[in-house]
Amino acid sequence: MKAGTQQRGTWVTYTLLLVVTFASIFPLYYTIVMASHTNAEMAAATPPVLPTLDIVQNMKTALSMAPLNKGLVNSVLVSGCITVGTVFFCTLAGFAFAKLRFRWSNLLLGLCVATMMVPMQMGVIPLYMMMSRLGLAGHLSSVILPTLVTAFGVFFMRQYIAQAVPDELVEAGWVDGASPFRVFFSVVVPAVRPAMAVLAMLTFLTAWNDFFWPIITLSSQNPTIQVAFQSLATGYAPQQSVIMAGTLYGTIPVLVVFALLGRQIVGGIMQGAVKG
Amino acid sequence: MSADVIDTTSEQRQTDKPTRRSHRLPGSRVAYAFIAPFFAVFAAFSIYPWLATAWVSLHDVHLSTYDQQTWIGLGNYRNLFTNDFFWNALRNTVTIGIISTVPQLCMALGIAHLLNYHLRGRTFFRVAILMPYATSLAAATVIFLELFDPKLGIVNWLLGTLHLPEVDWQGSRWPAQIAVSTIVTWRWTGYNALIYLAGMQSIDTELYDSAVVDGCNRWQQFRHVTLPGLRPTILFTIVVSTIGAAQLFGEPLLYHNGMPDGGTENQYQTLGLLMYQQGWTYDRLGLASATAWTMFLIIVAAVGVNLFFARRRDRAEARRLRSVHPVALVETGRNR
Repeated sequence: MKAGTQQRGTWVTYTLLLVVTFASIFPLYYTIVMASHTNAEMAAATPPVLPTLDIVQNMKTALSMAPLNKGLVNSVLVSGCITVGTVFFCTLAGFAFAKLRFRWSNLLLGLCVATMMVPMQMGVIPLYMMMSRLGLAGHLSSVILPTLVTAFGVFFMRQYIAQAVPDELVEAGWVDGASPFRVFFSVVVPAVRPAMAVLAMLTFLTAWNDFFWPIITLSSQNPTIQVAFQSLATGYAPQQSVIMAGTLYGTIPVLVVFALLGRQIVGGIMQGAVKG
Repeated sequence: MSADVIDTTSEQRQTDKPTRRSHRLPGSRVAYAFIAPFFAVFAAFSIYPWLATAWVSLHDVHLSTYDQQTWIGLGNYRNLFTNDFFWNALRNTVTIGIISTVPQLCMALGIAHLLNYHLRGRTFFRVAILMPYATSLAAATVIFLELFDPKLGIVNWLLGTLHLPEVDWQGSRWPAQIAVSTIVTWRWTGYNALIYLAGMQSIDTELYDSAVVDGCNRWQQFRHVTLPGLRPTILFTIVVSTIGAAQLFGEPLLYHNGMPDGGTENQYQTLGLLMYQQGWTYDRLGLASATAWTMFLIIVAAVGVNLFFARRRDRAEARRLRSVHPVALVETGRNR
């Protein structure tokens, strides 16, 4: 097996891990319960522990209150565009920082890394003005454009390319007379595909969860799923179960993807941690 | 386009002075072509807005008439620093930041240690602890709002069954801050545990072997091999969590049903919420911009303090090891 202490876990290890697993999953399970019971039932002396089929009706009610389906489609579109843009542009720039010599490259890279300290609050007011001047306020592109590239992505790709692509490989391409972009696409990209996949996954998740800027620029008629959650939760609902059912409805797709691709996602986060 | 590029390369090849490494790689002009798309987008939608926020923070600006900006110098900052709401939000940001980060990272370290054993079903455990991370912050907050509900929530029911007094998780300052911190902790603990696990697995196994030879028990191994080996990873997670905690926004917003006041008495209003409230509720974009820049400077200071202490500790550690055990120094060095 791989490195680590790698002693076998005892029953104590398993017990503690089961407690952690329970704490991780219980709120999600209990959402299913809360989504299928009325306020009165939840307030009972012994709250229910099992879901009922009322959840279906509550989901239907939730769908009539907030455009959750539109939110899901919009979130897929937004996160997809951001992921493609980030992976492509950041791999290009990461390659230049890793393998090409140019003036101020270290300074530029250092500044890029430093910008990871900038809070999202620092850009939203001018962005808001800019988007309304461009007539993009409320439009999905106003969410896509500001996060189309990230400094993290550049740094991440640079770290990986610097280790994973030998200089000789790139030089060989040049000696054969291939253009730099040819070398990039036929030598570098195939060699760093695993890192691009990790970056894609991390970027997609971040974009999917993004909340602050979308609630400022988007309306509740054309929301991402997060904005739809916010309008569902803050709107008038006769029963809490409706809000829970809607939240569950919008969360299930991600949970299913996580359950199916769990192993890859875990691997990606762990690889990202070592490189980043 | 491609003809241009080829030209540049051949020209570069002739003019580039040979250097020690990678003398055949082309230089500046091609590199700029590679970084240009990134920097064009980054400059337009990140760097420009950051600088423009500084400019707006020196003006009186309103949403509906944002083209008319009245210069007021440092007025917004003066206003901010003499405002009780600012100091309250700063205090809340710090306390929620501590309550949500410190237990989270300690638990993550413990969980990573457990996951590092040779386990049956380890993929199951890893995926399970990552499920909260898969839940978006909006969904998680809405769910926890229900769990902490004074009348309908299961938390108070549980306290009741244990014959403990019920807690007002919304109205009282500390319980509300703990509730908000719980959401953050729930979502991020598993993720950080995986980061630590990755760090632990990159520690050289020989170090553990020699520790065993030296007669270290499990705890001593953890203390003297795992922790020093993880120090860069721990520093990384502390810095990232600090940056995240300083701009906390979504959880406290949704915890009060989408209102940016952070509770009726602002008991959990963070700087991120205050900034939003100044801009979008009170229509004072200049003041909100001043808050945003202040937040940035606070983050820089906090990260600087972290790095300073980490560096000082590293130096002290190196000195201690040099005086105690020359071999140990070599081993820690290999680890870094």
